[in-house]
Order: sequence, then structure tokens, then C-alpha cells
Amino acid sequence: MKLIFEKHKDGRRGFSYGLASEPEAKPLPKKYCRTTVASLPALSELDVVRHYTNLSRLNFSLDTNFYPLGSCTMKYNPKFTERIACFEGFSQLHPLLPQLSGGGILSQGSLEVLFETEKLLCEITAMSAFTMQPLAGAHGELTGVMLIAAYHKDKGLKRKYVIVPDSSHGTNPASAAIAGYQVKVIATSADGYMDLEEYQKQLNDEVAAVMLTCPDTLGIFNPQIKKIADMAHKVGALMYYDGANLNAMLGKCRPGDIGFDLVHLNLHKTFATPHGGGGPGAGPVGVSEKLVEFLPISRVVMRSDGTYALNYNYRKSIGYIAPFYGNFGVILKAYAYILALGKEGLINAAEIAVLNANYCQAKLKSYYDLPFDKNCMHECIFSATRQAKNGVHALDIAKYLIDKGFHPPTIYFPLIVQEALMIEPTETESKESIDAFIDAMIEIARLAAENPFLVKEAPINMPIKRLDEVRAARKPDLCWKPQN
Amino acid sequence: MNFIPHTQEDTKEMLQAIGLKSIDELFKDIPVELRPKSFNIPDGKSEFEVTQVLHKLSLKNATCLINFVGAGFYDHFIPAVVDAIASRSEFYTAYTPYQAECSQGWLQAIYEYQTIVCQLTGLDVSNASLYDGGTALFEAMMIAIRQTGRNKIILDSGVNLIYRTMLYTYTSNLSIEFVEIPVAHGQSSRKDLFKHLDNKTAAVILQNPNFFGVVDDYSDVVKEVHKFGALAITSVYPVSLGMLKTPQEMGFDIATGEGQSLGIPLSFGGPYLGFMAAKNELVRQMPGRIVGATVDSEGRRGFVLTLQTREQHIRRERATSNICSNEALCALRAAVFVSLLGRDGLTELAEHNYRKAEFAKEQLSRIPGVEVKRSSATFNEFTVLLPCHADRVVQRMIEKGFACGFPLGRFYKGMDNYLLIAVTEKRTKEEICMFVDSLKTVL
Repeated sequence: MKLIFEKHKDGRRGFSYGLASEPEAKPLPKKYCRTTVASLPALSELDVVRHYTNLSRLNFSLDTNFYPLGSCTMKYNPKFTERIACFEGFSQLHPLLPQLSGGGILSQGSLEVLFETEKLLCEITAMSAFTMQPLAGAHGELTGVMLIAAYHKDKGLKRKYVIVPDSSHGTNPASAAIAGYQVKVIATSADGYMDLEEYQKQLNDEVAAVMLTCPDTLGIFNPQIKKIADMAHKVGALMYYDGANLNAMLGKCRPGDIGFDLVHLNLHKTFATPHGGGGPGAGPVGVSEKLVEFLPISRVVMRSDGTYALNYNYRKSIGYIAPFYGNFGVILKAYAYILALGKEGLINAAEIAVLNANYCQAKLKSYYDLPFDKNCMHECIFSATRQAKNGVHALDIAKYLIDKGFHPPTIYFPLIVQEALMIEPTETESKESIDAFIDAMIEIARLAAENPFLVKEAPINMPIKRLDEVRAARKPDLCWKPQN
Repeated sequence: MNFIPHTQEDTKEMLQAIGLKSIDELFKDIPVELRPKSFNIPDGKSEFEVTQVLHKLSLKNATCLINFVGAGFYDHFIPAVVDAIASRSEFYTAYTPYQAECSQGWLQAIYEYQTIVCQLTGLDVSNASLYDGGTALFEAMMIAIRQTGRNKIILDSGVNLIYRTMLYTYTSNLSIEFVEIPVAHGQSSRKDLFKHLDNKTAAVILQNPNFFGVVDDYSDVVKEVHKFGALAITSVYPVSLGMLKTPQEMGFDIATGEGQSLGIPLSFGGPYLGFMAAKNELVRQMPGRIVGATVDSEGRRGFVLTLQTREQHIRRERATSNICSNEALCALRAAVFVSLLGRDGLTELAEHNYRKAEFAKEQLSRIPGVEVKRSSATFNEFTVLLPCHADRVVQRMIEKGFACGFPLGRFYKGMDNYLLIAVTEKRTKEEICMFVDSLKTVL
């Protein structure tokens, strides 16, 4: 499709403010004004609408395709939460209003949403308090690591290391490093769990925290998790829970009950807010009692008269990690979702998510190698090593699935599984859609054995074929440039 | 309610296929002693009930205050087209476009967004978005620190205090030396800035228009900064770029900013849009996703996520940033907004904001006891000195139906009687006159 800039025609207008009736003013001195021209397209309103509508049709999305992207929890995003986020009282509220004298009383609805969501998340995770401010999962991790640093500093301790397993999300070590820590990586042993012997060896009083996902990124619940937490606490390290996989745990097990001290949640995963093609997400961070005093400011509190207010008066707070109170629009949708599902709905979500993943695993395990053959939680991980022997790699399988109308699973993650295919169906997919996906996967396994070329050629049904990624990186073309 | 399609029969069949008898067996790996001590979540509700509850809550918020508060976050008009496109679930229910062949719509939209950011700022490259203006500024600062291998940052106090506070929070565990430069007559004090500039300086960070709404031409500062081998970073208000000298024209190396004003609702503080543009030579230091154009095996143009070796999923603790999720949907809103307005529309919007603010200044200066600060040129926001504490005025004006501005005493010592007033294109002449009349009565 042509770029929107290539559809430009001088003289067209898509929108006008009607400046004619406006007051005249002395122009701004020339030295402050731009002299170069921004090359922006001149188009009619219909041109713009058609352009972006047609672009939207080139995407696979949850509403159009099965989307079993492992670790991303692509569950259905209910439409009523979208409508709620558009209520004028929410969408048009200026974030500085509650910070003005007399403005707090006019922001009570939004403050209540934040306060109540925090309470619900505390109960779901067994934490003492949450900050709703982190704007995404990785932002929550960074906030968490900063809280860990503040905690140790307050105790007069200098700790240098953060421990992560080699199966962790890349954001874990990256967040630890950005907050000023060195990273120690623990290998995964042959049974799929973190190597406890090596963990014991690396663990000492220079370790600030251990960052874990539970169920881990292999989709497995580690029965030794309590022991891992106890060992960390013994040397004074804190336990950080990466909430990417919380969907399997709802009402089944709570991070706080295990002994985790900090938790970040991905509201755009477990709590059904749409991922928006990359964002916005929201990554609230919950903490146990001993970390509450370090949480970012402001915090929403309930006053004795039942009204809500912002409190900035926390001497040991790490400060501001976001401009305001988090991605409010996202938090609001998650709140509506939790209210709708309620206790039973949440538990049911975890159960069916785990059922769907185990069903995929059971149906496919005779066709693909299963690196860790045990009961999985919300996602299952296969390895395409058998297919790769015939030249059909995880990437090829992904591309063939696209031709079949399925968004591919996550591929090549976790890094420790060769040719990884990470499948997370989520609870909102029906048996029929999962069966269709399984059939496609079986067909690929058969083709890989009999006619691998057909898989390697994919996709052939899309508007474009495989793209030259090497060229994209070697000769970066990152924006359109005007011809003259 | 829930959104699970399984019939009892489905569940039974699926359990059978797995070789289990009950759902509980699926959770057998969770030791009994780790089962929840409590799970006191209220019972579920119907869509209708939840909608009602939240509609009532939304009515507890102000819905009809006439807004003159800005302070970096502005009440602009959003054309219906922006909502219509952002509501297409082919966009909003997709994930990050890892699989290019089934994500060309998103990838092209982001490429176009990157182009728009480059065109607005005049700079060479942009990324696919960051969380907000504050985190974007932090990321820009980190680029400078990596690029120069130095750790001193000169920070102008005309930069939004919210962002300055965020920079301090983010760096509290790193060894970075900050020097804050005072503002004199609403503008960055060159004398103080140059005094601190040395060859340990990684970057100088400025904002245009600054927090007081004052516009500046920083060309002289940037020239001096470059003499010392440091980078010049600016945080900008994108709507103002329809009129103001661009970061590129002043020589800046990196421009960041809050993109909320480009078609994104105020929504009580988020989701917003952090944008970043930089000179070409800094591209491999950029944080976050970047989309690039390439060709497919038949030579057709297509788009992919590129330069990924900078990113956390590959580079892990050595990545340029930890960012994974960004604000793509907000970036789409900005792209649609700017495409719809085009160059002429954006110029008109900037002009509109400027003229209305000038009109408001003129009207306000006629109120006895109110002093409009006019020593420096402003864009759509300006400060006034009131004859009494600004908080008192703010409260009384709220009672009259106006959010009349941001009291500067909240952020700056000794400025208790100052009010920062923003006037966007949404404020009509009549509203401005009503505002002035009401203000007269509360002083």
C-alpha cells in the first residue's frame, strides 16, 4: 500500500479549525518561528479514513484470528470496558485537577477507581499495597527494582546483584541493569526447574533480589518455589514476582502466600485490556508490608469522611516514576473486567486457560518434541528440533501458520529451548478454534517430514512474502523522506 | 459473567484427551500449603451492572469545568476520525508486530508515525513510541550518558518539575551528577548554564516552550554545548511545532516530548505518548521498537521491526533500555491526528492557540491588581501575578465552573501568588471573556 505521504495532493484539507473569526494578535517574533516546512500530507477526511481502515485490514488481531502468542496472554478484550473508558467523566478529566485546591472533590470517581482496583489487586496477589503508576510490565519491573534498592539502602546495606534464571524475560535483566545492578544468571537444570545447587552457590549477602516468573517461562509451576523464596530471605534478599504468567494462578496460588515481596502485574495480559499493537499496557506493582513506605508518590488514600485524596507525605518514597497515577484508562478497563468476572470468573479463567494449554500439549506431543514432559500451566512449549532436521525451523512453522489464518505462537523464546514454539491459547478460545490450530500444526509436522519446501515457502497467501530483515538492519530506512 | 466458551461437554472431552478426570488435577503441582489463604473478591456482575456502577462513578468527576489548566497536559479538540480509527479492533486487539507478514498495517502505521515525528522536530530518526514525555526524557538522558561516557547533566529548571522529579527518581541508584540552572525572567539563564558547562558534561536538557510557557531560541546554547562535546536535549510540546523553531533548526541532538496533545484524551494522566527523535548517528543508541522499510522476496516494499539487537529480548542486561510494551495505539492516534490536519491544519492549530492565549493575556491585563508577565514571548500558556495566594483564587474559580490554571507555588518556592494559565483552541472568545469576568469577582 502507498504511504500516506505518497497520497498527498496540494490544496486538499482534511480538517479545519475555522480561524477566520478568531482574534488578531501581534505575531510571534520571527526568531522563534520555524522556517523549514514540515512535509505532512494534505488529504481529505475520507482519504485519511480509507488509508488507515485499509491498513487495519492488513493486521491479524485477536478479534479476527486465533492468537496463541505465548507469554502474552492474548485473551478476548471485552467491548464494554472500551465503552466505559470513553465516559466523559473519565476520559476528559485533567490529571492535575485533584492537585488543585477544591479540585479533589471533582475527581472522586477516578480516585475511587484507583483505590478500589488497588484493593482488589492486593487480595488477588496477597500483597499489602500497590502503586498503580507503572505504565507497562517492564516499567513495573524497573519500579520494583528501584524499590528493592531503596529498601536495602534504608537498611544501610550495599548489595550489588540481582539473580535471574536463564529462562527469564529479557526485561528482567535489563530492568535490573538500568536500576544499577549487576545480573547473575542461574541455569535451568534438565528437569526444567532453576538449578538449585547453582542458585545456592550464587546466593549471598551481596544479592539484592531474585526475579522470577511463576509459573516460569517454560509454563511450569516449580514445586520448590517456596524453598527458593526461603533461601533468598535467609540471606536478606527480596523475592520479585514477574506477573506475566499470573493468569494461571488466579485464585489458585498467590505470590504473597509463597513469600514474594514484590509483584508486578500486566493488566494488558491477565486482566484483559487490549494490547493496542504494542501498548499501552499497565504494570502496577504490589509490595509486602516492609516495602510499603518506599512506594512512589502520590498514593490514593481514603479519608475518615469516606472521600478519596492524594497523599504525597511519604518521607521514604522513591519519588515519581510516572507523571501522574498510571495509565488510568487501562486501569479502569481492568477494574471493570475484575468486577464483571468476580471471584468465580477469575478462578474459572485460570482453570480453563490451563485446560486449553494442556489440551494443546496432549494433542501435539506426538508430533513435536516436548523439552519438559510434564503437566503445564497456562502455556505449553514445544521444540521444533525434529522438524529442523528437515530444514523446517520454528520460523518456517510460524510463517505457514500465518497462511492458515493463525497468528503464530511465540518463537525462539525462552532462549534456552532450541527452536522454541510457545503456545498460550488462553481461556477465551473455544475447543473448535483450538482444534483447528492443532490440525494446522499436525499438517505442518507432516509436511516437514514429506515436503518441507512447502513450509519454507510460506507465507504465500499474504499481501507480501517474507521480508529481508538483514537489509532492513544494514541499510536502515526508518522514515519517509520528501523527494526533493 | 465471564467470556469462556466451553460447554460441560467440551471440558469433559478435553480432560479426557489429556488423560485427567478433573480440573483440580491440572493444578496438582501447586503444593497444598501454597493454596490461597483467602480470595475475597466480590461475586461477578453483569455487563449492565458494571456499566451502571462505573457510569455513576464517572459522574462524580467534573464533566463541565471550563479548562485553563495545562502545565504540560492540554485540553485539545479530538476529531472524530481519530476515535473511529483507534477503535478498529484490527488495530487495538493486535500485539506488538513481531510477525511482519500479518502485521503490515501496524508496521506501516508506525513507520508513518516515525516519519511524522521526524517532520515535526526536523530530526532524522524516531522510534515507535515510549511511555510518556517524562520517561522519554529519561531515555534521552541515558543515550547521552552512554554516547559521551560522561555522567554530568545540566538541567534547566524551566523543564517541567514532574519530569525533573522523574529523572531524579530514576537515577537515584546511579552515579549521575545533576546541576539545575535557574530561570531568569521566565527564560533559561545563559550565564549560569555556561558557567557549569565543561568537558564532564554529558548533556544539557532544556524545554521549549518551557514550563512557564515561554518560547526561546536555544541556538546559542546548543552551539556552546557542542563545543564541549556534550549533547543538547530538548523536551518539546508537539502542537507548538506547527509554529515554533524546530529542535533541528536550533541544532539539538535529541528531542523528546509528551504527545498527548496530538489527539489523545487527558484521561486522568494516561495512557499518553512519549515520543523521541534524534540525529542519525544516535540511532543505535535509541530505546524501544523501531520500524524500518525493506523489501520482500519479490521486491515489494514492506515493513519490519528492525535494529533489534539494541533491545532487551536479545541484548538482555546490555540492552539500550528495558522497554518492551510501548504506547503504539497512542502513536496511531497521533499519526491519524496529524495526517488529518496536514501541514496547514497543524499551522492553523498552533496559530489558534497562540492567538487565543494572546487575547486572554490582553483581557487579563486589564484587571486591576493582575499583572501579566510579558517580558518574554509565550506560545499558549503564560504566567500572571495575582494580588493574593493563587490557591485561593483556584478554589473560588472552581466554584464558578473554571479550572483557572496551575498555581506555581506548588512547584516553585516564592511563587505562591503566580498562576500558570493555558489557552487552547477549544476556548472560545466568549469563554475567555467569562473567565476574565469571573476572575474579577473572586479577587
